[in-house]
Amino acid sequence: MLETLALVIQRAVVQGIPLLYGSTGEIITEKSGNLNLGIPGIMYVGGISGVIGAFFYERSTENPSSVLLVLIPLLASLLGSGLMALIYSFLTITLRANQNVTGLTLTIFGTGFGNFFGGSMAQLFGEGGSIALTKTSLAFQTSLPFAEKLGAVGTIFFSYGFLAYLAIIIALVASYVLKKTRVGLQLRAVGENPATADAAGINVTRYKYAATIIGGAIAGLGGLYFVMDYTSGVWTNGGFGDRGWLAIALVIFALWKPNVSILGSILFGGLYVIYLFIPNLARSTQELFKMLPYVVTIIVLIVVSMRKKREYQPPEHLGLSYFREER
Amino acid sequence: MSETPALELRHISKRFGSVIANHDVSMSVRKGEILSVLGENGSGKTTLMNMIAGIYYPDDGQILINGSEVVIRSPKDAYEHKIGMIHQHFKLVEVFTATENIVLGLRDKGRIDLKKAAENIREISGKYGFDIDPDKKIYQMSVSEKQTVEIIKVLYRGADILILDEPTAVLTPQETQKLFAVLRRMRDDGKAIIIITHKLHEVLSLSDRVSVLRKGEHIATVVTAETSESALTEMMVGKKISLNINRSEPKNLTERLMVKNINCSSREGVKLLDNVSFTARSGEILGIAGIAGSGQRELLESIAGLQHLDSGEILYLDPKTGKEENLRDKTPLQIREMGVRLSFVPEDRLGMGLVGNMDIADNMMLRSYRRGKSIFLEKKQPRTLAEEIIKQLEVVTPGVSTPVRRLSGGNVQKVLVGREIASSPSVLMAAYPVRGLDINSSYLIYKLLNEQKENGVAVIFVGEDLDVLLELCDRIMVIGSGKITGIVDARGATKEEIGLLMTKTEGGEMYA
Repeated sequence: MLETLALVIQRAVVQGIPLLYGSTGEIITEKSGNLNLGIPGIMYVGGISGVIGAFFYERSTENPSSVLLVLIPLLASLLGSGLMALIYSFLTITLRANQNVTGLTLTIFGTGFGNFFGGSMAQLFGEGGSIALTKTSLAFQTSLPFAEKLGAVGTIFFSYGFLAYLAIIIALVASYVLKKTRVGLQLRAVGENPATADAAGINVTRYKYAATIIGGAIAGLGGLYFVMDYTSGVWTNGGFGDRGWLAIALVIFALWKPNVSILGSILFGGLYVIYLFIPNLARSTQELFKMLPYVVTIIVLIVVSMRKKREYQPPEHLGLSYFREER
Repeated sequence: MSETPALELRHISKRFGSVIANHDVSMSVRKGEILSVLGENGSGKTTLMNMIAGIYYPDDGQILINGSEVVIRSPKDAYEHKIGMIHQHFKLVEVFTATENIVLGLRDKGRIDLKKAAENIREISGKYGFDIDPDKKIYQMSVSEKQTVEIIKVLYRGADILILDEPTAVLTPQETQKLFAVLRRMRDDGKAIIIITHKLHEVLSLSDRVSVLRKGEHIATVVTAETSESALTEMMVGKKISLNINRSEPKNLTERLMVKNINCSSREGVKLLDNVSFTARSGEILGIAGIAGSGQRELLESIAGLQHLDSGEILYLDPKTGKEENLRDKTPLQIREMGVRLSFVPEDRLGMGLVGNMDIADNMMLRSYRRGKSIFLEKKQPRTLAEEIIKQLEVVTPGVSTPVRRLSGGNVQKVLVGREIASSPSVLMAAYPVRGLDINSSYLIYKLLNEQKENGVAVIFVGEDLDVLLELCDRIMVIGSGKITGIVDARGATKEEIGLLMTKTEGGEMYA
């Protein structure tokens, strides 16, 4: 019984980590007033960039060092998703394009980009129609050596690759920065009321760019974790599914607080895979169960809007572009 | 005078596209002095001050501080030169506390020491006599408290030159007096203070000197003690105008609208209107005074059919048939179909009154679109009406097909009031109809309201300038936190009396 419960929690965490990366990234972005709906696409790009980096490194050498096996895909992923966020920033901040349209376009683009390169690489170099980055994946999946000896505790707390712990650390750090530091205060001011921030001498454009790009890069790591750790280095077209949208739903669920997002992501992850643990489900019923995270989000939205507390609301200037001389 | 001014402007010019906002303006302010900058709307006061505060950058001219030329490219530069501006529309983050707003943008690195900041704020408050709780969130504050936060914000940054853009526009007389006391204390402390305003009596009671702007140009700077209200008006408008409202004696008073014990509450259960009863009579102007947000809006909206009531009734007496109709819980359309001729000029002109992106003619149609017979729109009539309004009310616009949002505030208001009057109402409700309007337009609106009154319309006028309310209205009803605190005869009442009623919480009956 305990073993099963530990397993359920472990699966929930593993499912939750990509969501946590995505939502932490999106929260940081949204705190600057940018509603980046390109996050699902950015997470795809984060994943495929890592795959490309890892693939060429694995091919280039016989005995890859485990440090580089981690570092190269990591940097490639950060670069890929950072670039995507830069495109979004340039379009919405500098050119003041509509944020929703830009975001949705980037999601379509990112998904296509991932599938195109993933598919092509599998066609060109893959054995049996897919590529498996076994060595890289092993490096990413390395968990603490004593985990297996600790039974249930080990399964729940110590059985994950380093990216899982990094996700939680990033979320905690983001929470601290947003709440306690001057940079956080100024970032929140930019998202709430950029005119005020501007008048207070804060460089609104720089904060928006920085938050959006850092947020995008963090979200991209969710895609990387998914390929390298969750699917053991095998890229499947469309394999990432709708996790990106779930990450955005999680932002609302967590009320724009990264530390709440940690628990939220595990809950969402659990709801996402709960159908696997309920015996004798028909295919159609499974799909109903997969709806659960969204249902929970809607319930949270309803509850929050009924309470109508100002602190639970999205940043006031979310989704709008800022132009100083507009009157 | 040999002393170098704290701030001096030399030949400042600024253009927005083809519009000249400021042309060759020179003026100065000394330490320990209050300078008023006086001018009508659109005379370039705010633009000029925004250039000192670093929001805009002048196209031409120099700014000197303590005798040496400076370049101010951003608000940050302005702070470095110890200039602080308190904007008319507060620049505060609503979900932050007072302290968080005040320290926002300061340069120290890392963690913020909010406790120490709050202590400093208390110290400044004590020095100048402010009354503020540093840990209160902005959205829980009154307008006057928010303004206090703004002033402390610039003092906290060590500003020696303070610019206040129409600081009294939203304050009660008592709050205004408190603010003036604070400003005088700061002046005596050696600060240079510039205050933008278009209320003449404030200029005369507060400032040491006055600079008058007209159409972006500097007309004159005079010593306050050596000038008068009429001389200033003449400089400001460019011609002699009379500042008298012709109030006629009300004739044929008949009861038109009877509001009986209405109650309404917000979604959170806060009472917005508490047992409100009054009667509006045809042929008189009933003024409504009160601190902003005391329930004026809800009151008008419940009459207009936009606010759900918990209890009470609103009775309308039809002047033709003499029948009584209950307007409670009817939609605006139902009210109109009942034959009740109700006009409403809401305070949020472009939000509730007009559609900003549509042109003047189309906005006319918002009231008449149901009259069309075919499935196509009847465009001719609204167009004629629009042209009439433009001509009669002297609306400055390139044409009838200009989107309303491109017009200046005064012209937007003329369009709205014109449309509402054109429907020949029997009850006309106007909320802050002259807010943001220049003197000429304001007096035009007063004239229109008076004409309506003489035509036997029951006019309900929600205003904020007590001087105007006293001059324009026949009776003044004072509302405080959703309760009627008194109804007085405008002909005998004083400003102080009304100010007292505004802040009173227990409802005392004071019928005239």
